[in-house]
Amino acid sequence: MSNAMHNKTLTELKAGLAAGDFSSRELTEHFLARIQQHDGELNSFITVTAEQALAQADAADQAIATGNTGLLTGLPIAHKDIFCTEGVRTSCGSKMLDSFIAPYTATVVEKMAAEGAVMLGKTNMDEFAMGSSNETSYYGPVKNPWDLERVPGGSSGGAAACLGARLAPGATGTDTGGSIRQPAALNNITGLKPTYGRVSRWGMIAFASSLDQAGPMAQSADDCALMLQAMAGHDHRDSTSLNEKVDDYLGALNNDIRGLTIGIPEEFFPDTLDGAIADNSRDAIRELEKLGAKVVSVSLPSVKLSVPAYYVIAPAEASSNLSRFDGVRFGHRCDDPKDLEDLYKRSRSEGFGDEVKRRILVGAYALSAGYYDAYYRRAQQVRRLIRDDFARAFEKVDVLMGPTAPETAFKLGAKKDDPVSMYMADVFTIGVNLAGLPALSMPTGFINGLPTGTQIIGNYFREGQILNVAHKYQQATDWHKQAPVFGGEQ
Amino acid sequence: MAIDSKVVAQVAHLARLKVDEADSAALSDRLNDILAMVDQLQQADVTDVAPMAHPLDVTQPLREDEVSEPNVRDKALDIAPAAEDGCFLVPRVIE
Repeated sequence: MSNAMHNKTLTELKAGLAAGDFSSRELTEHFLARIQQHDGELNSFITVTAEQALAQADAADQAIATGNTGLLTGLPIAHKDIFCTEGVRTSCGSKMLDSFIAPYTATVVEKMAAEGAVMLGKTNMDEFAMGSSNETSYYGPVKNPWDLERVPGGSSGGAAACLGARLAPGATGTDTGGSIRQPAALNNITGLKPTYGRVSRWGMIAFASSLDQAGPMAQSADDCALMLQAMAGHDHRDSTSLNEKVDDYLGALNNDIRGLTIGIPEEFFPDTLDGAIADNSRDAIRELEKLGAKVVSVSLPSVKLSVPAYYVIAPAEASSNLSRFDGVRFGHRCDDPKDLEDLYKRSRSEGFGDEVKRRILVGAYALSAGYYDAYYRRAQQVRRLIRDDFARAFEKVDVLMGPTAPETAFKLGAKKDDPVSMYMADVFTIGVNLAGLPALSMPTGFINGLPTGTQIIGNYFREGQILNVAHKYQQATDWHKQAPVFGGEQ
Repeated sequence: MAIDSKVVAQVAHLARLKVDEADSAALSDRLNDILAMVDQLQQADVTDVAPMAHPLDVTQPLREDEVSEPNVRDKALDIAPAAEDGCFLVPRVIE
């Protein structure tokens, strides 16, 4: 039953709502029923907000009846549990915030609600967005709908898995080192990390503030364009939010891509890369050549140092950001503290999981007296070299392309006790965050029944161009239409 | 420099984390794995390269010095683990 509501894209559902084929209440009830039926196996949601969703759906139906609609009116969306939602638990995947009911709503959530979106609930994630497999969540790992013994990637793994399994048609994610793109690749969906500062971080729980960026995740590029149109824009409450005009992403989708120059960084196709992963991305690039794009080879020599630079900068920022969780103002507090120091230490040690503690310790070490120059300062210098490599490449090309992730979804537990091997899951995505560039991952075929993705990286504020290229590719192919045989139906 | 249990204890104190002695050796090993990977940074030639803290060269915006935020004291205290008389409650720090 491939024309079932849950297999439709947001763009198709929006047309269906406008045509009166179904109401937002019917649509919302359909997805809530699917979540109830299937999420026991997947664990992609931490909180389902059925009551609020139905109230929002009814309001959307009213709005549709009176012709008073926004970009997302009546469309069900799942929010990553990193976005504060007033009156609804916002856990960030951590025991620390298990009982935290946010006292305010994040700008991203607010903007999407203002455009009429219906919130289905809050999706599972790696604790404080630190992880590439969703196994660090206090609420247990999310399963990959393509193979329940495998990880969905992370940290936006709940978002990607619920989209892959068609339990929601759209979801928000955040991406600090690949947390939208890598799970998008592993679940056969499309996800975009915008330019740093394009989408407000206000109300989005901070991990590494100079890298964190929210973005859309959905079945297709046109859906991501629709969501980004609602999410993007300046917010005076976030001092790093950029006051740049928001482009017409939807209007740019069908631009002609003849003459587009695609750069292929040799560093994204190293000799050690799995040949089948490389082939799928090369096939995707060839498809775009058929549509009139030109391909040139480029080099980003410093990008090979992205992972080491990131694992100084991100933990350093995290160690500072996470100092606010002290058991005093909100979040977990230990029982019977004997003094203030005991309160801090036990509340934090009980509230944080192992990976979060490791990163706080690495960050505190890198920032401590005597090590600052060797680690933090040097990592920031390398960060500039990486950005300069990208800037040089963009003098010659419009977009850069390569595989999103070096492998397909791995088995649950396979890398759990080996952080460094886990960190390499983001080897192709991290450079983009260090440089602050926008990038998208789109489905580009399978290996042994598991999805692979290809990344399209654009210059600053060129989200419209990236979405345009991805949309053209998706018009010519149907990889993004493939859904897992899940729960005995399709 | 390799991290040992002593360094772990020092850094854990700086970060106000409690590390059980039983976990300290395994934790040191993991941290050393991470630092060994990070040491690849030493390969880079960073002579005359200015550190980059932010991806785009922008400055902090300024606004008028006016009260723009509402008073949310009650909302903030409502979610505190312990509060009394409009204040967060912590163990006694002054005898």
